[in-house]
Amino acid sequence: MRKLLWGCVALIGAFAIGGVALHRGETINAMWIVVAAVCVYALGYRFYSAWIAARVLAVDDTRATPAIRLNNGRDFVPTHRWIVFGHHFAAIAGPGPLIGPTLAAQFGFLPGTIWILVGAVLGGCVQDMTILFLSTRRNGRSLGQMARDELGPIGGYAAIIGTLVIMLILIAVLGLVVVNAMKHSPWATATVFATIPIAILIGLYLRNIRPGRVLEASLIGITLLLLAVVGGGALNEHETLRTWFDLDGKPLAWFVIAYGFIAAVLPVWLLLAPRDYLSTFLKLGTIFLLAIAVVLMRPEIKMPAVTQFIDGTGPIFGGSLFPFVFITVACGAISGFHALVASGTTPKLIGTESDVRLIGYGSMMLESSVAIMAMIAATLLDPGVFFAINSSPGIVGATADAAVNTISSWGFPVSVEQMDGLAQAMGETTLFARTGGAPSLAVGMASIFSSAFGASLLAIWYHFAIMFEAVFILTTLDAGTRVGRFMLQDALGHVWKPLGQTSWYPSVLIASALIVAGWGYFLYIGVVDPNGGINILWPLFGISNQLLAGIALCVATGVIIKQGKLRYAWVTAAPLAWIAIITTAATWEKVVSSDPRVGFLAAAEQLAAKLAAGTLPVEQAAVAPQLIFNQRLDALLAMLLTGILWVVIADTVRVSWRVSRGLPVLPSSEAPAAAAHAQ
Amino acid sequence: MKLRALRDLPRALWRFVRALSRDDAYFEYLRHHAAAHAGTPPLSAREFYLREQERKWSGVSRCC
Repeated sequence: MRKLLWGCVALIGAFAIGGVALHRGETINAMWIVVAAVCVYALGYRFYSAWIAARVLAVDDTRATPAIRLNNGRDFVPTHRWIVFGHHFAAIAGPGPLIGPTLAAQFGFLPGTIWILVGAVLGGCVQDMTILFLSTRRNGRSLGQMARDELGPIGGYAAIIGTLVIMLILIAVLGLVVVNAMKHSPWATATVFATIPIAILIGLYLRNIRPGRVLEASLIGITLLLLAVVGGGALNEHETLRTWFDLDGKPLAWFVIAYGFIAAVLPVWLLLAPRDYLSTFLKLGTIFLLAIAVVLMRPEIKMPAVTQFIDGTGPIFGGSLFPFVFITVACGAISGFHALVASGTTPKLIGTESDVRLIGYGSMMLESSVAIMAMIAATLLDPGVFFAINSSPGIVGATADAAVNTISSWGFPVSVEQMDGLAQAMGETTLFARTGGAPSLAVGMASIFSSAFGASLLAIWYHFAIMFEAVFILTTLDAGTRVGRFMLQDALGHVWKPLGQTSWYPSVLIASALIVAGWGYFLYIGVVDPNGGINILWPLFGISNQLLAGIALCVATGVIIKQGKLRYAWVTAAPLAWIAIITTAATWEKVVSSDPRVGFLAAAEQLAAKLAAGTLPVEQAAVAPQLIFNQRLDALLAMLLTGILWVVIADTVRVSWRVSRGLPVLPSSEAPAAAAHAQ
Repeated sequence: MKLRALRDLPRALWRFVRALSRDDAYFEYLRHHAAAHAGTPPLSAREFYLREQERKWSGVSRCC
């Protein structure tokens, strides 16, 4: 009976995937994608994750987890698996799976969708579950510590450098997304600004009025945030008030930089913690609503399955389908960042070892389905509209007429009237060149929400979606700056002891300023770049995120081999090999490609030649030296990242070779077994 | 028997939501403290909340 049921799931899944892949009509219903995804996840979870848990990891429920052995009522607490699932999902789900697929939609809906499904089931979910398990067996040690303990100091240092670099790039690119969403949009800007005093108010409530009463405080906060969205609309109608919030990219970048610094040095309870509560509630609520709305509305996908931009001429970012679709989708398929969360807080809450399947593999499946929804929201727009929103003026032309002509000439008809009508419906002055993914996602979400829950509220839904994205992007920005600060303080402590004290104020200020300067630099350059910055920063982020995934998979592979399970090593070694191929290919392209839209060095040379010839307009000539320097720096950075990955791979091969020869390697850092029932 | 499960459902759901949001963190701490460290005074609600926030935000707890 059960076999029959799973046979049916497999059959329906195969039918849906076939339908999605072979469909060549005008449009295709999103339900095909939803059904295909659900079947793939169900099969992956039921069979692959169960097999990995039983055979490769050999989870053992008679063995006491650290939550049981070290229960202290605080961080080590055995917790019900669905509650840990909720915490873990809330921790790994960020703006990445929403933005990545939106950008990757320039290749059509098919390539991104396939990679989201395959990458998650065979790569991302496996990585998350394995690292979660390894950390649970090691009392919740971090990825960096595990790399050092199991592979050696090289792996450890690589993990630390990788984490720091990814943090800087990630924050810069997310900051750029927020800046682009707020640029010349008084409604969005006012709403995002209002989230700061609201968070502080909630912080004061949670500390002074009713300490720790998270639910009621969040309810008050969410109500205020919704009022802020409506209030932003009222402000937008006001002649003078709206001009105060009608800001250019540069001042907004400075605002984000100043905000990041202040948030990093303030006590966490005042701004960071309450903002996180609000963003978590919003995030879970919105994802839930979006899933319901997609199923209720069953939208038609208007984007072709595959566009001509697979050749590398795409307007959103340059680069061909291989390897760039794999770099761009990032978090929805495999994200190294998850390995940091899976080796920190979560393992300390796990009550029985077999829970790692639901929590590690299952949470990543859910994250992947968020990416699928983002892909649906991006591709249900008219392709012409999608490209008009997401293409920067440097590519399609600075005026509305030029942009619609260019985009229509690609075979994606769009008109100025259509774009103006859409902008008006969304309560914006223009939607041309709103790059970064957030505005087009917000338009997609607003159209899903409004047709499912009330069409009159299109503008409100749009700004709700922008606020929703901004709130948790700013949370990532605060939290990332803080983590970066701790890591830097730790490193600086080796140079001069007092700098290593995390609570010594001068050290806090210096380390925070350095971290903020690091990402602030990339953010600022991204804002002044006439090609829109995303084109440069998102691939760098993708490469660094995959680098971290590569390190995590190296640790996992090394441990599996050290345990004498060489025959199962492919479970993590195969995704590792794929990660190594795509990051290396992407880095190669980004460094040596002669297409200035792809290669950093080619772009630097082209710009330098234009500058020397004096053909640049005055304002572009002024920033050209910075851009040239930045492109060269980016090339170096990409090479550094890929170099680190290969060093760690070589180290893993060295350890594996020694194991196969019976030579001594570092001993397993697993905590000794203790019986679960004895406690 | 079934009726009883149905009647208890809202309560179970509420407990789940509180645990998911960590609204019950202090309550759980007090329970643990009473069991493990009876005799020593527990932290106040505010002290506990502030210490928990410091701990939570000194590592990677949010992702991209």
